[in-house]
Amino acid sequence: MERTEVRENQSLTNQEDSDEIYEDARIYMNIGPSHPATHGTLRVMVRLNGETIEKSISEMGYLHRGKEKIAENTTYHKFIPHTDRMNYCSALNNNVVYTMAVEKVMGLEVPERTKYVRTICCELARIIDHLICIGINAVDLGAFSFFLYGFHQREEAYTIIEKLCGARLTTSYSRVGGLGWAPPDDFLPALKAWIEKFEPVIDEMDRLLTTNKIWMDRTIGVGAFTKEQAMAFSFTGPCARASNINIDLRRDQPEPLLKYDEVEFDVPLGKNGDVYDRYLVRMEEIRQSVKILKQLAQKCPTEGPIWVEDKHVRIPEKDRTFNSMEALIHHFKFFMEGFNVPAGEAYTALEGPNGEFGFYVISRGGAKPWRMRVRAPSFYLYQSLDPMIKGQKIADLVASLGSINIIAGELDR
Amino acid sequence: MAKDGSPEFMTTRLDTIVNWARKNSLWPLPFGTSCCGIEMMAVLSADYDMARFGAEVVRFSPRQSDLLICAGTITLKMAPVLKNIYDQMSDPKWVMAFGVCTSSGGIYNSYSVLQGIDTIIPVDVYIPGCPPSPEGVLHGLIKLQKRIQSGEYSHRERARHQVKQQ
Amino acid sequence: MNIQNQVEVIQSKLGSRVSKIEFDRVGCPIVWASPSNAIEVLRFLRDGEGLEYQFMADLTAYDDQDSDEESQGRFVVVYNLYSPENKTRIRVKVRVAEDAEVPTACSVWEAANWAEREVYDLFGIKFSGHPDLRRILLDIRWQGHPLRKDYPLRRYQLFNDPEQIPKQLLEGEPHGKN
Repeated sequence: MERTEVRENQSLTNQEDSDEIYEDARIYMNIGPSHPATHGTLRVMVRLNGETIEKSISEMGYLHRGKEKIAENTTYHKFIPHTDRMNYCSALNNNVVYTMAVEKVMGLEVPERTKYVRTICCELARIIDHLICIGINAVDLGAFSFFLYGFHQREEAYTIIEKLCGARLTTSYSRVGGLGWAPPDDFLPALKAWIEKFEPVIDEMDRLLTTNKIWMDRTIGVGAFTKEQAMAFSFTGPCARASNINIDLRRDQPEPLLKYDEVEFDVPLGKNGDVYDRYLVRMEEIRQSVKILKQLAQKCPTEGPIWVEDKHVRIPEKDRTFNSMEALIHHFKFFMEGFNVPAGEAYTALEGPNGEFGFYVISRGGAKPWRMRVRAPSFYLYQSLDPMIKGQKIADLVASLGSINIIAGELDR
Repeated sequence: MAKDGSPEFMTTRLDTIVNWARKNSLWPLPFGTSCCGIEMMAVLSADYDMARFGAEVVRFSPRQSDLLICAGTITLKMAPVLKNIYDQMSDPKWVMAFGVCTSSGGIYNSYSVLQGIDTIIPVDVYIPGCPPSPEGVLHGLIKLQKRIQSGEYSHRERARHQVKQQ
Repeated sequence: MNIQNQVEVIQSKLGSRVSKIEFDRVGCPIVWASPSNAIEVLRFLRDGEGLEYQFMADLTAYDDQDSDEESQGRFVVVYNLYSPENKTRIRVKVRVAEDAEVPTACSVWEAANWAEREVYDLFGIKFSGHPDLRRILLDIRWQGHPLRKDYPLRRYQLFNDPEQIPKQLLEGEPHGKN
């Protein structure tokens, strides 16, 4: 490869000069599906000029499991575990959105206690998702301690979630028309104790990175996306708020879906839309979620029904199932055939940790959906990677990719 | 020695030491694709530490690692990539199928999911669970270590050895 | 503007370009357009006074087999829009036959680029004017379109070597001054 001679007193960091020097130094590189920096199964092909990215093509689909086709062949109840595994860092949230979407098509209204518990689930999911996103972003840039702190706090949160659902990661807690079971009696006190221990730790973790010179140098100005670009690319969630778009579906619903109208919280907004702003927005959202959880833990009723009145959508209790013929038949039909959802369609979207997570359910009557479309926020965020990193260095690609929080499970479904 | 005179396996004191060294210094390649990837990260971090068992040096390059931890659903688009990675690893190498999606396709019986990675690469230890609990993973890792210590030739090497004899 | 006023504005301004407006289970209006004037309707919804649907939440499609209107077109392309100002949602549906084409919405929202690629991949609906219409979720050599109702759930297609991305996609203008 021939190069023109390097002139003396040449500033090699100057962008304009690098075009001339590295005229023939174009490299095509594949940052393949198996790579530490591509979290999961993403692939980016880049055309490099030295270390500057001139053009990039991002590929996805390496985790396409055919969930939408599976949904057309399985009943609504049996699809709940599949929703866990979409945004697997915050599985509780996905369950809630899915069951609410089906309830909207059916026209069911769940009792108050269920709404409170579901809101608690969503906020808990938000906290753990943000911890893992920032943790992985930090690990890619070399800051290993935040990752370990974050994962330890995730383990503590897993203890709470295990108390509630029995599982750490793939929870499958919410049901169409209610919850799987009532939260145990020691759940709310344990939640309050966890919040008390968690609040000072967030401040400690904050001090690791926010005013850290290396972090700031590596993330300020990197991967910046203006407000107009973000609107054109359908950004939602923390990345949109970091680009100064004031959308938060918790607050912006025409009628309240969950109990967000009864708690007070602020919505952080960024200015420049770069990686540092996204990090700050996420840290502040963790704090706001803790604030919401504190209020909800006070307000959540400790007793009351958790299921809708309509008995068709729920499994009868075990003592009735084993003792009464009608309940046994109902139990059998529930699992073998599924409950009937009237014909109609609805699109329900809530504020997931990553953005607008929505389900577009089309039903033609019967026990299986006709079309179950999952609106995953990562899909629209990943699309923006190519314009975002144009002209930046490879190391900035790693930083930007981590800050967008792409979760391959929901990206490819 | 087998009855027809072909060598099967011989354990000597040197082998014992070599196997002990190999089992206690596994260098994993975390090939994490989906939810099991998060559990694998949890096993590798502070609370359930895989570094206690020697598997601390996580190398993302197949040339530098000897344990391929395949965690997460492997789709048909990803399968050739996995085979590529496996072929690039040098002997001795072991494969851990982490989770049910890699063991048998898991809950996904659809048009684009590989029903178990043992259809394309040989597997040494299967860890069931969706995702497996970290204690289960460590149990599987200890089982793998026992297998390495026992000096069993893995079935690939045995197959290769038999091919050589013919 | 609330939903009622919006529906009136749409009906008065767009008139015959919208074949009908119906409502779904939660009261969200569904505007039916045809492939020839879909982009005009979307642009009007995005820029119209009081409508301001600047945000495309989702672009998808479904296979409307065995329904009454299947003779006019087997597939229906669906655009879910959201207005941050009015906090309302609206849906635009376009019915398209199996080998017909729909004009691309990339000129209205850049986010439509990959969403249309996914619809092409899973259904086979082609979008005219799309800059780069190729498969996105499945291997580029895949035959068939899985989300159609006649594609069986378990038809595998396993390839022996990883997918190659055509290199000419990476040619193009080098970066200028940002």
